[in-house]
Amino acid sequence: MNWHSWMFWGFVSTLLMTTMEAGAQAVRLTRVDFPFMIGTVFTTDRDRAKIYGFLAHVLNGWAFSLLYVLAFESWHAASWWRGALIGAVHALFVLLVVMSIMPGIHPRMASEQSGPTATRQLEPPGWFGLNYGIRTPISVFLSHIVFGAVLGAFYHLR
Amino acid sequence: MAFSQRDEQPRNSSAAHEWPRIGDYAIIGDCRSAALVANTGAIEWLCWPRFDSPSIFAAILDRDRGGTWKVSPRATDILRTQREYIAESNVLRTTFECRTGIVALTDLMPVSSERGKRSVLTPDHEVLRQVECLAGEVDMQIHFEPRLHYGAGSPRLKRVGAVGISFVCGDGVYYLRSSVPLELHSDTATAAWTMRRGDTAQFCFTYGEESPVVIPPLGDWSRKRIEESTLWWCQWASKAEYDGPYRDVIVRSGLALKLLSYAPSGAIVAAATTSLPEQLGGSLNWDYRYCWLRDASLTIRALLGLGYRAEASSFIEWMLTATRLTQPRLNILYTLFGSESTREQTLPHLSGYRDSRPVRIGNAAQHQLQLDVYGEVLDAIAQYAFHGGTFARSTQRLLVEIGKHVASNWDQPDQGIWEPREHPQAHTHSRVLCWVALDRLISLCKKGHVKDVPLDDFCRERERIARQVHERAWNPALNSYTSTLDGQDLDASLLLMAYYGFESADSDRMRATYAAIRQTLRANDHLIYRYRSGPDEGAFGICSFWEVDYLALGGGTVEHAQRLFEDILQYKNDVSLYAEEIDPRNGNALGNFPQAFTHIGLISAALSITERLKGQKQLAHREEGAGEKAA
Repeated sequence: MNWHSWMFWGFVSTLLMTTMEAGAQAVRLTRVDFPFMIGTVFTTDRDRAKIYGFLAHVLNGWAFSLLYVLAFESWHAASWWRGALIGAVHALFVLLVVMSIMPGIHPRMASEQSGPTATRQLEPPGWFGLNYGIRTPISVFLSHIVFGAVLGAFYHLR
Repeated sequence: MAFSQRDEQPRNSSAAHEWPRIGDYAIIGDCRSAALVANTGAIEWLCWPRFDSPSIFAAILDRDRGGTWKVSPRATDILRTQREYIAESNVLRTTFECRTGIVALTDLMPVSSERGKRSVLTPDHEVLRQVECLAGEVDMQIHFEPRLHYGAGSPRLKRVGAVGISFVCGDGVYYLRSSVPLELHSDTATAAWTMRRGDTAQFCFTYGEESPVVIPPLGDWSRKRIEESTLWWCQWASKAEYDGPYRDVIVRSGLALKLLSYAPSGAIVAAATTSLPEQLGGSLNWDYRYCWLRDASLTIRALLGLGYRAEASSFIEWMLTATRLTQPRLNILYTLFGSESTREQTLPHLSGYRDSRPVRIGNAAQHQLQLDVYGEVLDAIAQYAFHGGTFARSTQRLLVEIGKHVASNWDQPDQGIWEPREHPQAHTHSRVLCWVALDRLISLCKKGHVKDVPLDDFCRERERIARQVHERAWNPALNSYTSTLDGQDLDASLLLMAYYGFESADSDRMRATYAAIRQTLRANDHLIYRYRSGPDEGAFGICSFWEVDYLALGGGTVEHAQRLFEDILQYKNDVSLYAEEIDPRNGNALGNFPQAFTHIGLISAALSITERLKGQKQLAHREEGAGEKAA
């Protein structure tokens, strides 16, 4: 495995994905603010939550890029479309699995079953994240596909 | 506090078409946006996320299409209604005495300190309503009917499990939570239930643009939010440094002013509404959800006079920042963040308040030339400096540039303070305020607050303005100053010549002008019109307070000023709020509501009376009065 290539391109593709997600929010493709959502796991301070969430999101993306790279290595091939394919599966996993279990794992998120409580007041994502905007799945797919495509295109196999 | 009978309305129309009087509304807010609550328990005006955003409830402008959120006993059960703000807060409590019992409705937009916001997650925007049954048994109803973008569309409400009812509009998502089961229709939510003594029902309505939005729980959490918000307002009010005979009304006006301020930028909007008519059924309907620089001097006098230095500082900061794109030229109004307001447009799909068409959003007056704003801004700057404020060198240079602009342009005709949409004229008030602009810069220079002022040029132009006003604005035949140079008409802004120090209040000319104004602009025994040459409208609220100010500054006895002030106080509504104008025939409020300008005038008048009673130096915004106040 090419560790240097993974570290660099994993980081670059994560930054690109984060930027795309922020861009999708700015152009009103979705309301979801992933750094805020992740950061509120750690704090109730909105400003700090965004900073903590951003750092956690970058570290998380970097770690996930390792799985992409392992897939490339096992295929003995890396290309933009292979990366994009993994990105699409990744996005599907996020929308179908992560979003649905989020109220259970996020300490401040309400669930649709029991509603908000004194400690859990954040809006749950709903199926496919649709509570955060009807085009949320589009933005999640796009950002993850670009993430994988960049990684696949530029990662150098050992 | 006495129970007031409900306004008698024609019973031939359906309940949905009954219009409350403008004074039947009260305001709640969170220093970012505001809602008007009618004494029927209906929220009939709410714009989110900002004061100048499109409305989500606007039944005040159209009973059918505007949108409303009513929580109340059945209309036929209500005997009497009583309203008050809880202590010195902006938390509203409406008590309905019904045939079978009594319920109290508490309305607020929760607020908390910055520290509090860091320790718990709170919604970006929230209206919280709580009903308690105090006696007997009362049949209640809720009718939730939001309408998008000034009633242009209906949202599709959907139930999100136990989280609440939600709908999406534009950039954000709205959630309604209720402790009472709601029946959901496509675009409305309703419920009818019975409350018995000791029962409580709660409702919260939130808005956010960034998901996941915060959706607060009801129950104890909401009860605590009401207590915290009440405490927050009371603590703010307790900082008022006023020690005089009018503390209650002055603090209430201060609370209204604070409520109309936009915390993120420090701006203060002229009013929370658009298009409430100055003349019922007429077309004098304007959007006042912007910030007029003309209010600057009196605003700073009110804030500093009450000891609210932080708010004064924020307002000055907003003023200097908001005008950055046009300096040294100043527009007459700016938005909350200093951009130009949206293009003025009419909303033909709305009927207007009691069929007063058109409903307008945006304000075309922003493009007018009103030279008085320079004096009002520089007078505010001078007051701030004489109370200990300091300015960076770049700001000092800017102030000098503004002065140079005034020195070069004061002789132009303009639209004047009342901004009629007519041809420009040489307005006396504008000339006087240009004199004020140069006078304050000269004072600021002499006191060392502003450097590099071309004193000789400014002194020369100041004298030229004074000579022109003395020679051409004085009409010997009328024995009065006039609204325009070489003119025949009078307007109430002439009373401000004493406030701004252009003329002594007890000078022969000012006394004669006051007598002429009293005779010409008299609306009734207590109120005056702003002018008589325009279309029929109500007496102008602040002008009557200017009269008090004038008397307190030496134009009359302090007893006279007090008597008039107390008479004008009779025209406030049951929760001590004023609109822009007052119908002199029946005392009803007219125009946008509540109006910051009127409340600022009230505070200034009360301060002037109190200063006179205490023998304190008045008009601290002028150089000679500065030392004592600053010390």
